[in-house]
Amino acid sequence: MSMVLGGSKSGKTRPARIALHVFLIGTALVWLTPIVGALYIAFRPYGETSSKGIFTWPKKLMLSNFTGAFKQGQMARHFFVTMLIVVPALILTLALASFVAFAVSRYSFRFNIGLLVLFTAGNLMPQQVIIQPLFQMYKRIPLPWFLTTTGHMNNTIFGIIVIHIAFQVGFCTFVMSNYMKTIPKELGEAASVDGASVWKQFYRIILPICRPPLAALATLEFTWIYNDFFWAVVLVSKGDNRPITSSIANLSGQFLTDDNLIAAGSLLIALPTLVVYLILQKQFISGLTLGASKG
Amino acid sequence: MTGIPSFLHIVFVWIPALATIVLSFTKWDGIQGFGKIKFVGFRNYWEIFTVFEDTLSKALQNNLFLLIFLFIGPTLFGMFLAYLLDKSIRGTAIYQSIFYFPVVLSLAVVGVIWKSVIYSPRQGLVNTVLGRTAEGNQIDWLGKSTRVFTYHLPLLDNALGPSKNFLALLIPIAWRHAGYIMVLYLAGLKSVDPSLREAAAIDGCNEWQAFKRVIFPAMKPINIIIIVITIIEGLRTFDIVQALRSPLGMELTSLLVTQNIIGEGGGNVGRGSAYGVILFMLCLGFIIWYVRNTFEEERK
Repeated sequence: MSMVLGGSKSGKTRPARIALHVFLIGTALVWLTPIVGALYIAFRPYGETSSKGIFTWPKKLMLSNFTGAFKQGQMARHFFVTMLIVVPALILTLALASFVAFAVSRYSFRFNIGLLVLFTAGNLMPQQVIIQPLFQMYKRIPLPWFLTTTGHMNNTIFGIIVIHIAFQVGFCTFVMSNYMKTIPKELGEAASVDGASVWKQFYRIILPICRPPLAALATLEFTWIYNDFFWAVVLVSKGDNRPITSSIANLSGQFLTDDNLIAAGSLLIALPTLVVYLILQKQFISGLTLGASKG
Repeated sequence: MTGIPSFLHIVFVWIPALATIVLSFTKWDGIQGFGKIKFVGFRNYWEIFTVFEDTLSKALQNNLFLLIFLFIGPTLFGMFLAYLLDKSIRGTAIYQSIFYFPVVLSLAVVGVIWKSVIYSPRQGLVNTVLGRTAEGNQIDWLGKSTRVFTYHLPLLDNALGPSKNFLALLIPIAWRHAGYIMVLYLAGLKSVDPSLREAAAIDGCNEWQAFKRVIFPAMKPINIIIIVITIIEGLRTFDIVQALRSPLGMELTSLLVTQNIIGEGGGNVGRGSAYGVILFMLCLGFIIWYVRNTFEEERK
């Protein structure tokens, strides 16, 4: 049945088209239900929805669930921690990945494929596989006083940044090197004849051409690092010092019954990624497909 | 130049991966120094498969149900959506962005949103639609770990069976997974040579035949990617259960690895590592398959 719905390109029948749209609209509505529902209860007091049900005309719309969740979830603090992690992790990951990709794609090192294989495989590995030794390492790697309050790498923003870079740099290198391979070699060679240093070739010629994959990766990596739950939950033992996404467990634990407050809190946490997605959707999707299908 | 990222990746990803294997053969509390690490052979594995057999089998069972469900549910559905949206239909961009948006949310956030909006016993959408919101009449979808059905496996002492709250959890996971697959598959469909479709049309294939015989085989690399990604996603699912404070019934292999270290410092590093190795072994073959698939062209 399903294949008939679409109708073929040459012989589009009207009823089939209509059926297709009805199906897609129906699915889209179902898809939006959780988030629309979250918005709907987040603006209403729990007392009202829990006693009269959710399918009632709202008597009162208010922001106090949002302000309440923000305050009780200490979100200002958690958002600040997130920013301190996301910004450096994102910039460093993309910078390092671009360097490696440049080297791998321009100069055929004998090990370059091996390196990419290692990166790709490492990126696919479930994070839990490495967490036991990593956790023990973090407890023992000393850091200077300005990076840590415990003297070691665990419970630090620095530690979270490092593991993000270590994990993400592989994927980004892979995407960047695939893109760089499509740039004609002559471009770099011409520049080197003109006396441009390797660094200049990279910075002045290759990097500007790579703006599309960089934009795509930046969008994608922002979301991934922002959405990280695992590293922060394990490597930062005190809930207060965790970034925003991993602080969500506090939220659902603290106000067990007030669904509206919890919905408001989750929406606040989801907001930055939703905004980035709405604005940069194209980059986002191209980033994802760049990595997986090699164009 | 390539030194720093390679160094970071090897030191923080691959050395721990190897260390997991080594530590799985030891007994260590992780608090005392490295000198206190004692090699115990296969004891951790032996314990896992005997003393903790029940824990492991519950977790593996849930992972297996999750995987089967991911394939016949959201993976196929995502492919189907991609197939529909690949046609030149009006509003395809809008449909795509709607189906895709859950993917930008963390699975932890997805879990909490579904818990409060859809599954809340007192005012959730499901109970409201079913008319089960009255006190005493409510269904606690994510809380109750009642088994939906049970079965016996020959070598296990205890009966197994998926619990209600775990099955309920599959829906939000699917909500997020389908859009992901859709985007990957859509990119694959776009990369299929249009002349193949034309040739199929000229040969008189109907739509289903063309898809089955021409398009689907032409998409072998993307099909492999989708299979592997679905399997790995199914095995590393963690956030949603942890964010819901891992209620009984939601046991997963990935959670067994970390059960002794979250919020704590000590515990049994050896056993945690052995769980990690089990997870690693489950993924390894698929990772190799993916890597080979990806680098096949390079090798030629």
